[in-house]
Amino acid sequence: MKLFKKLFLLVVVLALVFGLTACGSTAEKDTASGDADNKDVAKIVVGCDTSFVPFEFLNESTGEYEGFDIDMWDAIAQELGVEYELKPMDFNGLIPALQSGSIDVAIAGMTIKDERKEKVDFARAYYDAGLMVLVRADNEDIKGVDDLNGKVVTTKTGTTSYDYSIAVEGVKEVKPFPNIDGAYLELINGGADAVIFDSPNVLYFAANKGKDRVKPVGELLDGQQYGIAFPKGSALVEDVNTVLEEMFVNGKYDEIYEKWFGQKPLSIPSA
Amino acid sequence: MLENLNLDWSIPINSMPLLLSGIKWTIIIAAVGLFFGFIIGAVVGLGRTSKNKLLFWLSTIYVEAIRGTPILVQALYLYFGVNQVLQQTVGFRIGSETAGIIAIAINSGAYIAEIVRGSIQSIEKGQVEAGRSLGLSSFKTFYYIVWPQAFKRMIPPLGNQFIISLKDTSLFAVIAVGELLRQGQMVVATTFAAFEIYTVVGLLYLVLTLTISLVLRRIERRLEVD
Repeated sequence: MKLFKKLFLLVVVLALVFGLTACGSTAEKDTASGDADNKDVAKIVVGCDTSFVPFEFLNESTGEYEGFDIDMWDAIAQELGVEYELKPMDFNGLIPALQSGSIDVAIAGMTIKDERKEKVDFARAYYDAGLMVLVRADNEDIKGVDDLNGKVVTTKTGTTSYDYSIAVEGVKEVKPFPNIDGAYLELINGGADAVIFDSPNVLYFAANKGKDRVKPVGELLDGQQYGIAFPKGSALVEDVNTVLEEMFVNGKYDEIYEKWFGQKPLSIPSA
Repeated sequence: MLENLNLDWSIPINSMPLLLSGIKWTIIIAAVGLFFGFIIGAVVGLGRTSKNKLLFWLSTIYVEAIRGTPILVQALYLYFGVNQVLQQTVGFRIGSETAGIIAIAINSGAYIAEIVRGSIQSIEKGQVEAGRSLGLSSFKTFYYIVWPQAFKRMIPPLGNQFIISLKDTSLFAVIAVGELLRQGQMVVATTFAAFEIYTVVGLLYLVLTLTISLVLRRIERRLEVD
Protein backbone atom coordinates (compact mmCIF):
# COMPACT_ATOMS: atom_id res chain seq x y z
CA MET A 1 0.00 0.00 0.00
CA LYS A 2 2.87 2.37 0.88
CA LEU A 3 4.45 1.82 -2.54
CA PHE A 4 1.14 2.46 -4.26
CA LYS A 5 0.72 5.75 -2.40
CA LYS A 6 4.24 6.83 -3.34
CA LEU A 7 3.68 5.99 -7.01
CA PHE A 8 0.39 7.85 -6.98
CA LEU A 9 2.02 10.92 -5.46
CA LEU A 10 4.80 10.76 -8.03
CA VAL A 11 2.29 10.61 -10.90
CA VAL A 12 0.37 13.59 -9.49
CA VAL A 13 3.54 15.64 -9.09
CA LEU A 14 4.71 14.81 -12.63
CA ALA A 15 1.29 15.72 -14.02
CA LEU A 16 1.40 19.07 -12.24
CA VAL A 17 4.91 19.80 -13.46
CA PHE A 18 4.06 19.00 -17.07
CA GLY A 19 0.80 20.90 -16.77
CA LEU A 20 2.53 24.04 -15.53
CA THR A 21 5.29 23.95 -18.13
CA ALA A 22 2.72 23.45 -20.88
CA CYS A 23 0.83 26.49 -19.59
CA GLY A 24 4.02 28.46 -19.68
CA SER A 25 4.78 27.73 -23.31
CA THR A 26 1.25 28.36 -24.59
CA ALA A 27 1.15 31.69 -22.77
CA GLU A 28 4.28 32.61 -24.66
CA LYS A 29 2.72 31.71 -28.02
CA ASP A 30 -0.34 33.85 -27.31
CA THR A 31 1.52 37.15 -26.99
CA ALA A 32 0.81 38.28 -30.53
CA SER A 33 2.85 41.13 -31.91
CA GLY A 34 -0.07 42.86 -33.61
CA ASP A 35 0.95 46.47 -33.66
CA ALA A 36 4.64 46.40 -32.87
CA ASP A 37 7.37 47.15 -35.41
CA ASN A 38 7.56 44.61 -38.21
CA LYS A 39 11.11 43.53 -37.47
CA ASP A 40 9.93 42.11 -34.12
CA VAL A 41 11.60 39.00 -32.79
CA ALA A 42 8.27 37.54 -31.67
CA LYS A 43 6.66 35.48 -34.41
CA ILE A 44 3.37 36.47 -35.96
CA VAL A 45 0.69 33.81 -35.57
CA VAL A 46 -1.23 33.20 -38.77
CA GLY A 47 -4.47 31.27 -38.60
CA CYS A 48 -5.83 29.34 -41.56
CA ASP A 49 -8.47 26.70 -42.26
CA THR A 50 -7.61 23.06 -41.68
CA SER A 51 -8.76 22.02 -45.11
CA PHE A 52 -9.88 24.26 -47.96
CA VAL A 53 -8.37 23.18 -51.25
CA PRO A 54 -6.61 24.72 -53.06
CA PHE A 55 -6.13 27.57 -50.59
CA GLU A 56 -4.76 25.62 -47.65
CA PHE A 57 -4.58 21.91 -47.16
CA LEU A 58 -2.34 19.25 -45.74
CA ASN A 59 0.04 17.52 -48.08
CA GLU A 60 -0.21 13.94 -46.76
CA SER A 61 3.25 12.97 -48.00
CA THR A 62 5.23 15.91 -46.62
CA GLY A 63 3.00 16.58 -43.62
CA GLU A 64 3.17 20.31 -44.41
CA TYR A 65 0.39 22.72 -45.25
CA GLU A 66 0.37 24.17 -48.73
CA GLY A 67 -1.93 26.13 -50.99
CA PHE A 68 -2.71 29.48 -52.59
CA ASP A 69 -3.22 31.21 -49.22
CA ILE A 70 -0.03 29.70 -47.83
CA ASP A 71 2.02 30.93 -50.78
CA MET A 72 0.35 34.36 -50.76
CA TRP A 73 1.07 34.89 -47.08
CA ASP A 74 4.58 33.59 -47.41
CA ALA A 75 5.28 36.11 -50.18
CA ILE A 76 3.74 38.93 -48.11
CA ALA A 77 5.69 37.95 -45.00
CA GLN A 78 8.94 37.89 -46.97
CA GLU A 79 8.30 41.42 -48.25
CA LEU A 80 7.47 42.61 -44.74
CA GLY A 81 10.45 40.80 -43.28
CA VAL A 82 8.41 39.10 -40.57
CA GLU A 83 8.67 35.62 -39.16
CA TYR A 84 5.44 33.74 -38.68
CA GLU A 85 4.00 30.45 -37.60
CA LEU A 86 0.99 28.85 -39.22
CA LYS A 87 -1.90 27.71 -37.06
CA PRO A 88 -4.53 25.68 -38.92
CA MET A 89 -7.79 25.71 -37.01
CA ASP A 90 -11.54 25.38 -37.33
CA PHE A 91 -12.69 28.05 -39.80
CA ASN A 92 -15.41 29.31 -37.50
CA GLY A 93 -12.87 29.77 -34.74
CA LEU A 94 -10.71 32.17 -36.75
CA ILE A 95 -12.60 35.38 -36.08
CA PRO A 96 -13.02 34.71 -32.35
CA ALA A 97 -9.29 33.95 -32.32
CA LEU A 98 -8.53 37.33 -33.94
CA GLN A 99 -10.82 39.03 -31.46
CA SER A 100 -9.15 37.40 -28.49
CA GLY A 101 -5.68 38.05 -29.87
CA SER A 102 -4.60 34.45 -30.01
CA ILE A 103 -3.80 34.91 -33.71
CA ASP A 104 -2.56 38.05 -35.49
CA VAL A 105 -3.67 37.24 -39.02
CA ALA A 106 -6.25 34.97 -40.59
CA ILE A 107 -5.97 33.88 -44.19
CA ALA A 108 -8.49 31.18 -45.09
CA GLY A 109 -10.35 31.91 -48.28
CA MET A 110 -12.50 34.13 -46.11
CA THR A 111 -15.12 36.20 -47.90
CA ILE A 112 -15.22 39.87 -47.00
CA LYS A 113 -18.69 40.55 -45.67
CA ASP A 114 -20.20 43.29 -43.56
CA GLU A 115 -20.93 41.21 -40.46
CA ARG A 116 -17.30 40.12 -40.42
CA LYS A 117 -16.08 43.66 -41.05
CA GLU A 118 -17.80 44.69 -37.81
CA LYS A 119 -15.55 42.34 -35.84
CA VAL A 120 -12.28 42.37 -37.74
CA ASP A 121 -10.35 44.48 -40.25
CA PHE A 122 -9.69 43.18 -43.74
CA ALA A 123 -6.79 44.11 -46.00
CA ARG A 124 -7.77 44.71 -49.63
CA ALA A 125 -9.29 41.75 -51.47
CA TYR A 126 -6.81 39.25 -52.85
CA TYR A 127 -9.06 36.87 -54.76
CA ASP A 128 -12.30 37.09 -56.74
CA ALA A 129 -14.59 34.13 -56.25
CA GLY A 130 -18.19 33.10 -56.29
CA LEU A 131 -20.31 30.12 -55.33
CA MET A 132 -20.93 27.05 -57.41
CA VAL A 133 -23.49 24.23 -57.35
CA LEU A 134 -22.10 20.68 -57.33
CA VAL A 135 -24.12 17.53 -57.99
CA ARG A 136 -23.44 13.82 -58.45
CA ALA A 137 -22.07 12.94 -61.88
CA ASP A 138 -25.18 10.93 -62.80
CA ASN A 139 -27.64 13.66 -61.81
CA GLU A 140 -29.68 14.97 -64.73
CA ASP A 141 -32.36 17.06 -62.98
CA ILE A 142 -30.24 19.77 -61.47
CA LYS A 143 -28.66 22.05 -64.06
CA GLY A 144 -28.26 25.08 -61.86
CA VAL A 145 -29.42 26.91 -58.78
CA ASP A 146 -32.95 27.27 -60.19
CA ASP A 147 -33.52 23.51 -60.14
CA LEU A 148 -33.18 23.11 -56.39
CA ASN A 149 -36.89 23.04 -55.60
CA GLY A 150 -37.58 20.28 -53.07
CA LYS A 151 -33.92 19.26 -52.97
CA VAL A 152 -31.54 18.80 -50.06
CA VAL A 153 -28.53 21.10 -50.15
CA THR A 154 -25.42 20.61 -48.07
CA THR A 155 -22.61 23.02 -47.32
CA LYS A 156 -20.25 24.27 -44.61
CA THR A 157 -21.47 25.86 -41.38
CA GLY A 158 -21.01 29.58 -40.87
CA THR A 159 -20.04 30.43 -44.45
CA THR A 160 -21.45 32.72 -47.12
CA SER A 161 -22.45 29.50 -48.90
CA TYR A 162 -24.68 28.64 -45.98
CA ASP A 163 -26.23 32.14 -45.98
CA TYR A 164 -26.82 31.79 -49.71
CA SER A 165 -28.23 28.25 -49.50
CA ILE A 166 -30.89 29.02 -46.90
CA ALA A 167 -32.07 31.92 -49.05
CA VAL A 168 -32.61 29.83 -52.19
CA GLU A 169 -36.36 29.46 -52.86
CA GLY A 170 -37.89 26.03 -52.51
CA VAL A 171 -34.89 24.21 -51.02
CA LYS A 172 -36.22 21.38 -48.86
CA GLU A 173 -33.38 21.28 -46.32
CA VAL A 174 -29.92 22.72 -45.82
CA LYS A 175 -27.53 20.37 -43.99
CA PRO A 176 -24.38 22.12 -42.85
CA PHE A 177 -21.24 20.30 -41.76
CA PRO A 178 -18.39 21.77 -39.69
CA ASN A 179 -16.06 21.04 -42.61
CA ILE A 180 -16.73 20.93 -46.35
CA ASP A 181 -15.36 17.37 -46.60
CA GLY A 182 -18.40 16.20 -44.70
CA ALA A 183 -20.67 17.93 -47.21
CA TYR A 184 -18.88 16.40 -50.21
CA LEU A 185 -19.09 12.94 -48.63
CA GLU A 186 -22.76 13.51 -47.94
CA LEU A 187 -23.36 14.38 -51.61
CA ILE A 188 -21.44 11.38 -52.91
CA ASN A 189 -23.14 9.00 -50.48
CA GLY A 190 -26.57 10.22 -51.49
CA GLY A 191 -27.53 12.06 -48.32
CA ALA A 192 -27.94 15.34 -50.21
CA ASP A 193 -28.74 16.37 -53.79
CA ALA A 194 -26.37 19.29 -54.19
CA VAL A 195 -23.50 21.14 -52.59
CA ILE A 196 -23.30 24.90 -52.79
CA PHE A 197 -19.84 26.16 -51.97
CA ASP A 198 -16.96 28.43 -52.99
CA SER A 199 -16.16 27.98 -56.67
CA PRO A 200 -12.40 27.40 -56.43
CA ASN A 201 -12.86 24.64 -53.88
CA VAL A 202 -15.73 23.04 -55.79
CA LEU A 203 -13.86 23.12 -59.09
CA TYR A 204 -10.66 21.77 -57.55
CA PHE A 205 -12.55 18.93 -55.86
CA ALA A 206 -14.50 18.10 -59.04
CA ALA A 207 -11.25 17.96 -61.01
CA ASN A 208 -9.36 15.84 -58.50
CA LYS A 209 -10.77 13.64 -55.71
CA GLY A 210 -14.30 14.06 -57.02
CA LYS A 211 -13.48 13.23 -60.62
CA ASP A 212 -16.23 11.17 -62.31
CA ARG A 213 -18.29 11.20 -59.12
CA VAL A 214 -19.45 14.81 -59.07
CA LYS A 215 -19.84 17.63 -61.54
CA PRO A 216 -20.30 21.40 -61.18
CA VAL A 217 -23.45 22.80 -62.81
CA GLY A 218 -24.72 26.25 -63.63
CA GLU A 219 -22.84 29.50 -63.53
CA LEU A 220 -20.79 31.37 -60.96
CA LEU A 221 -23.15 32.68 -58.27
CA ASP A 222 -22.95 35.54 -55.81
CA GLY A 223 -19.59 37.07 -56.76
CA GLN A 224 -17.52 37.63 -53.66
CA GLN A 225 -14.03 38.62 -52.67
CA TYR A 226 -11.62 36.95 -50.27
CA GLY A 227 -9.66 39.06 -47.83
CA ILE A 228 -6.99 38.59 -45.19
CA ALA A 229 -8.38 39.37 -41.75
CA PHE A 230 -6.71 41.11 -38.81
CA PRO A 231 -7.81 42.14 -35.32
CA LYS A 232 -9.52 45.52 -35.35
CA GLY A 233 -7.01 48.35 -35.44
CA SER A 234 -4.09 46.16 -36.46
CA ALA A 235 -1.16 48.12 -37.92
CA LEU A 236 -0.40 45.23 -40.28
CA VAL A 237 -3.34 46.06 -42.54
CA GLU A 238 -1.72 49.07 -44.19
CA ASP A 239 1.60 47.29 -44.73
CA VAL A 240 -0.10 44.23 -46.19
CA ASN A 241 -2.15 46.45 -48.53
CA THR A 242 1.02 48.05 -49.85
CA VAL A 243 2.62 44.66 -50.47
CA LEU A 244 -0.53 43.32 -52.17
CA GLU A 245 -0.65 46.30 -54.51
CA GLU A 246 2.96 45.64 -55.47
CA MET A 247 2.29 41.93 -56.00
CA PHE A 248 -0.65 42.68 -58.31
CA VAL A 249 1.62 44.67 -60.65
CA ASN A 250 5.02 43.03 -60.38
CA GLY A 251 3.84 39.58 -61.53
CA LYS A 252 4.18 37.79 -58.19
CA TYR A 253 0.38 37.48 -57.83
CA ASP A 254 0.06 36.07 -61.36
CA GLU A 255 2.80 33.55 -60.59
CA ILE A 256 1.14 32.19 -57.44
CA TYR A 257 -2.30 32.27 -59.08
CA GLU A 258 -1.15 30.27 -62.07
CA LYS A 259 0.55 27.70 -59.84
CA TRP A 260 -2.71 26.86 -58.07
CA PHE A 261 -5.41 27.58 -60.64
CA GLY A 262 -3.60 26.65 -63.83
CA GLN A 263 -4.27 29.93 -65.61
CA LYS A 264 -3.64 33.64 -65.40
CA PRO A 265 -5.95 35.49 -62.98
CA LEU A 266 -9.36 36.17 -64.53
CA SER A 267 -9.40 39.49 -62.71
CA ILE A 268 -7.35 41.51 -60.26
CA PRO A 269 -9.57 42.05 -57.22
CA SER A 270 -10.64 45.64 -56.94
CA ALA A 271 -9.59 47.47 -53.78
CA MET B 1 -9.73 47.66 -18.93
CA LEU B 2 -13.28 46.53 -18.32
CA GLU B 3 -14.60 49.43 -20.42
CA ASN B 4 -13.53 47.55 -23.54
CA LEU B 5 -15.64 44.57 -22.49
CA ASN B 6 -18.44 44.47 -24.97
CA LEU B 7 -20.82 41.63 -24.13
CA ASP B 8 -24.27 41.48 -25.61
CA TRP B 9 -26.50 39.17 -23.60
CA SER B 10 -29.47 39.89 -25.84
CA ILE B 11 -27.88 37.59 -28.43
CA PRO B 12 -28.28 34.31 -26.51
CA ILE B 13 -31.73 35.44 -25.39
CA ASN B 14 -32.81 36.11 -28.96
CA SER B 15 -31.36 32.84 -30.19
CA MET B 16 -33.01 30.82 -27.44
CA PRO B 17 -35.60 29.24 -29.79
CA LEU B 18 -32.76 28.01 -31.98
CA LEU B 19 -30.83 26.68 -28.98
CA LEU B 20 -33.91 24.99 -27.57
CA SER B 21 -34.53 23.27 -30.89
CA GLY B 22 -31.08 21.82 -30.42
CA ILE B 23 -31.87 20.62 -26.89
CA LYS B 24 -34.76 18.64 -28.33
CA TRP B 25 -32.29 16.50 -30.28
CA THR B 26 -29.81 16.28 -27.42
CA ILE B 27 -32.51 14.79 -25.19
CA ILE B 28 -34.06 12.52 -27.81
CA ILE B 29 -30.75 11.04 -28.93
CA ALA B 30 -29.52 10.57 -25.37
CA ALA B 31 -32.78 9.10 -24.08
CA VAL B 32 -33.50 6.72 -26.95
CA GLY B 33 -29.84 5.80 -27.27
CA LEU B 34 -29.55 5.01 -23.56
CA PHE B 35 -32.76 2.98 -23.63
CA PHE B 36 -31.29 0.62 -26.19
CA GLY B 37 -27.91 0.98 -24.55
CA PHE B 38 -29.32 -0.44 -21.35
CA ILE B 39 -30.78 -3.42 -23.17
CA ILE B 40 -27.46 -4.05 -24.91
CA GLY B 41 -25.61 -3.48 -21.66
CA ALA B 42 -27.78 -5.93 -19.71
CA VAL B 43 -27.33 -8.66 -22.32
CA VAL B 44 -23.59 -8.11 -22.79
CA GLY B 45 -23.11 -7.67 -19.04
CA LEU B 46 -24.70 -11.05 -18.40
CA GLY B 47 -22.55 -12.46 -21.16
CA ARG B 48 -19.53 -11.18 -19.27
CA THR B 49 -20.56 -13.21 -16.21
CA SER B 50 -21.32 -16.28 -18.26
CA LYS B 51 -19.55 -19.59 -17.82
CA ASN B 52 -20.09 -20.25 -21.51
CA LYS B 53 -16.76 -19.50 -23.20
CA LEU B 54 -18.29 -18.28 -26.45
CA LEU B 55 -20.70 -15.86 -24.76
CA PHE B 56 -17.96 -14.64 -22.46
CA TRP B 57 -15.48 -13.93 -25.26
CA LEU B 58 -18.01 -12.32 -27.58
CA SER B 59 -19.10 -10.00 -24.80
CA THR B 60 -15.52 -9.24 -23.82
CA ILE B 61 -14.52 -8.38 -27.38
CA TYR B 62 -17.51 -6.08 -27.68
CA VAL B 63 -16.74 -4.26 -24.44
CA GLU B 64 -13.02 -3.88 -25.14
CA ALA B 65 -13.54 -2.72 -28.73
CA ILE B 66 -16.14 -0.11 -27.88
CA ARG B 67 -14.52 1.13 -24.68
CA GLY B 68 -11.20 1.29 -26.46
CA THR B 69 -12.25 3.62 -29.25
CA PRO B 70 -13.44 7.22 -28.94
CA ILE B 71 -17.18 7.72 -29.44
CA LEU B 72 -16.40 10.38 -32.02
CA VAL B 73 -14.57 7.79 -34.10
CA GLN B 74 -17.52 5.43 -33.68
CA ALA B 75 -19.99 8.09 -34.86
CA LEU B 76 -17.87 9.03 -37.89
CA TYR B 77 -17.33 5.36 -38.69
CA LEU B 78 -21.05 4.74 -38.58
CA TYR B 79 -22.19 7.78 -40.52
CA PHE B 80 -19.49 8.07 -43.16
CA GLY B 81 -18.01 4.58 -43.17
CA VAL B 82 -20.84 2.13 -42.68
CA ASN B 83 -23.20 4.37 -44.66
CA GLN B 84 -20.85 4.29 -47.62
CA VAL B 85 -20.93 0.49 -47.62
CA LEU B 86 -24.69 0.37 -47.08
CA GLN B 87 -25.21 2.84 -49.90
CA GLN B 88 -23.14 0.83 -52.32
CA THR B 89 -24.58 -2.58 -51.38
CA VAL B 90 -28.21 -2.21 -50.34
CA GLY B 91 -28.78 1.43 -51.34
CA PHE B 92 -29.94 2.33 -47.86
CA ARG B 93 -28.53 5.01 -45.56
CA ILE B 94 -28.72 5.72 -41.85
CA GLY B 95 -29.81 9.30 -41.18
CA SER B 96 -27.77 11.65 -38.96
CA GLU B 97 -30.00 11.49 -35.91
CA THR B 98 -30.47 7.73 -36.21
CA ALA B 99 -26.71 7.31 -36.45
CA GLY B 100 -26.38 9.39 -33.30
CA ILE B 101 -28.85 7.19 -31.44
CA ILE B 102 -27.10 4.02 -32.61
CA ALA B 103 -23.73 5.44 -31.58
CA ILE B 104 -24.99 6.29 -28.10
CA ALA B 105 -26.66 2.88 -27.79
CA ILE B 106 -23.58 0.91 -28.81
CA ASN B 107 -21.21 3.09 -26.83
CA SER B 108 -23.19 3.28 -23.60
CA GLY B 109 -24.00 -0.42 -23.98
CA ALA B 110 -20.34 -1.30 -23.51
CA TYR B 111 -19.97 0.79 -20.36
CA ILE B 112 -23.34 -0.32 -18.99
CA ALA B 113 -22.28 -3.93 -19.58
CA GLU B 114 -19.42 -3.44 -17.14
CA ILE B 115 -21.73 -1.71 -14.67
CA VAL B 116 -24.13 -4.66 -14.88
CA ARG B 117 -21.33 -7.19 -14.55
CA GLY B 118 -19.75 -5.43 -11.60
CA SER B 119 -23.06 -5.12 -9.76
CA ILE B 120 -24.00 -8.75 -10.30
CA GLN B 121 -20.61 -10.01 -9.24
CA SER B 122 -20.71 -7.86 -6.13
CA ILE B 123 -23.68 -9.77 -4.74
CA GLU B 124 -22.29 -12.12 -2.08
CA LYS B 125 -22.11 -15.75 -3.07
CA GLY B 126 -24.07 -16.51 0.08
CA GLN B 127 -27.20 -15.12 -1.53
CA VAL B 128 -26.93 -17.51 -4.45
CA GLU B 129 -26.15 -20.43 -2.16
CA ALA B 130 -29.13 -19.58 0.02
CA GLY B 131 -31.43 -19.40 -2.95
CA ARG B 132 -30.25 -22.69 -4.44
CA SER B 133 -30.41 -24.46 -1.13
CA LEU B 134 -34.04 -23.38 -0.83
CA GLY B 135 -34.69 -25.27 -4.03
CA LEU B 136 -34.84 -22.35 -6.45
CA SER B 137 -33.51 -22.93 -9.94
CA SER B 138 -30.48 -21.03 -11.19
CA PHE B 139 -32.72 -18.77 -13.19
CA LYS B 140 -35.17 -18.11 -10.36
CA THR B 141 -32.34 -17.43 -7.94
CA PHE B 142 -30.96 -14.92 -10.33
CA TYR B 143 -34.28 -13.32 -11.19
CA TYR B 144 -35.74 -13.05 -7.69
CA ILE B 145 -32.69 -12.73 -5.48
CA VAL B 146 -29.60 -11.54 -7.34
CA TRP B 147 -30.98 -9.16 -9.96
CA PRO B 148 -33.13 -6.94 -7.66
CA GLN B 149 -30.18 -6.38 -5.34
CA ALA B 150 -27.75 -5.89 -8.20
CA PHE B 151 -30.09 -3.44 -9.87
CA LYS B 152 -30.13 -1.23 -6.80
CA ARG B 153 -26.34 -1.12 -6.88
CA MET B 154 -26.36 -0.21 -10.56
CA ILE B 155 -28.37 2.95 -10.12
CA PRO B 156 -25.55 5.38 -9.20
CA PRO B 157 -23.12 4.29 -11.95
CA LEU B 158 -26.01 4.12 -14.45
CA GLY B 159 -26.95 7.68 -13.64
CA ASN B 160 -23.33 8.62 -14.17
CA GLN B 161 -23.41 6.97 -17.60
CA PHE B 162 -26.59 8.83 -18.49
CA ILE B 163 -24.84 12.12 -17.80
CA ILE B 164 -21.81 11.08 -19.83
CA SER B 165 -23.90 9.97 -22.81
CA LEU B 166 -25.92 13.16 -22.72
CA LYS B 167 -22.75 15.19 -23.00
CA ASP B 168 -21.44 12.87 -25.73
CA THR B 169 -24.29 13.99 -27.99
CA SER B 170 -22.43 17.29 -28.38
CA LEU B 171 -19.98 15.51 -30.68
CA PHE B 172 -22.61 14.68 -33.27
CA ALA B 173 -22.41 18.07 -34.97
CA VAL B 174 -19.80 16.39 -37.16
CA ILE B 175 -22.44 14.09 -38.61
CA ALA B 176 -24.86 16.99 -39.17
CA VAL B 177 -27.10 16.50 -36.13
CA GLY B 178 -28.70 19.79 -35.15
CA GLU B 179 -28.18 19.28 -31.43
CA LEU B 180 -27.52 21.97 -28.81
CA LEU B 181 -23.84 22.59 -29.41
CA ARG B 182 -24.22 22.65 -33.20
CA GLN B 183 -26.98 25.22 -32.89
CA GLY B 184 -24.76 27.26 -30.58
CA GLN B 185 -21.88 27.10 -33.05
CA MET B 186 -24.13 28.31 -35.84
CA VAL B 187 -25.23 31.31 -33.79
CA VAL B 188 -21.60 32.12 -32.96
CA ALA B 189 -20.72 31.82 -36.64
CA THR B 190 -23.14 34.63 -37.51
CA THR B 191 -22.99 36.81 -34.39
CA PHE B 192 -19.42 36.14 -33.18
CA ALA B 193 -20.73 36.37 -29.61
CA ALA B 194 -18.64 33.36 -28.56
CA PHE B 195 -18.47 34.19 -24.84
CA GLU B 196 -22.17 34.83 -24.39
CA ILE B 197 -23.35 31.89 -26.48
CA TYR B 198 -21.00 29.27 -25.09
CA THR B 199 -21.75 30.41 -21.55
CA VAL B 200 -25.44 29.88 -22.19
CA VAL B 201 -24.85 26.57 -24.00
CA GLY B 202 -22.77 25.36 -21.06
CA LEU B 203 -25.49 26.39 -18.63
CA LEU B 204 -28.13 24.61 -20.69
CA TYR B 205 -26.13 21.37 -20.58
CA LEU B 206 -25.75 21.90 -16.86
CA VAL B 207 -29.50 22.22 -16.45
CA LEU B 208 -29.94 18.90 -18.23
CA THR B 209 -27.26 17.05 -16.26
CA LEU B 210 -28.32 18.49 -12.90
CA THR B 211 -31.86 17.35 -13.62
CA ILE B 212 -30.55 13.84 -14.16
CA SER B 213 -28.55 14.10 -10.92
CA LEU B 214 -31.58 15.24 -8.94
CA VAL B 215 -33.82 12.51 -10.33
CA LEU B 216 -31.05 10.03 -9.56
CA ARG B 217 -30.83 11.19 -5.96
CA ARG B 218 -34.61 10.85 -5.58
CA ILE B 219 -34.53 7.30 -6.96
CA GLU B 220 -31.65 6.33 -4.70
CA ARG B 221 -33.47 7.64 -1.66
CA ARG B 222 -36.65 5.81 -2.62
CA LEU B 223 -34.77 2.52 -2.92
CA GLU B 224 -33.06 2.92 0.47
CA VAL B 225 -35.18 0.23 2.01
CA ASP B 226 -32.48 -0.84 4.48
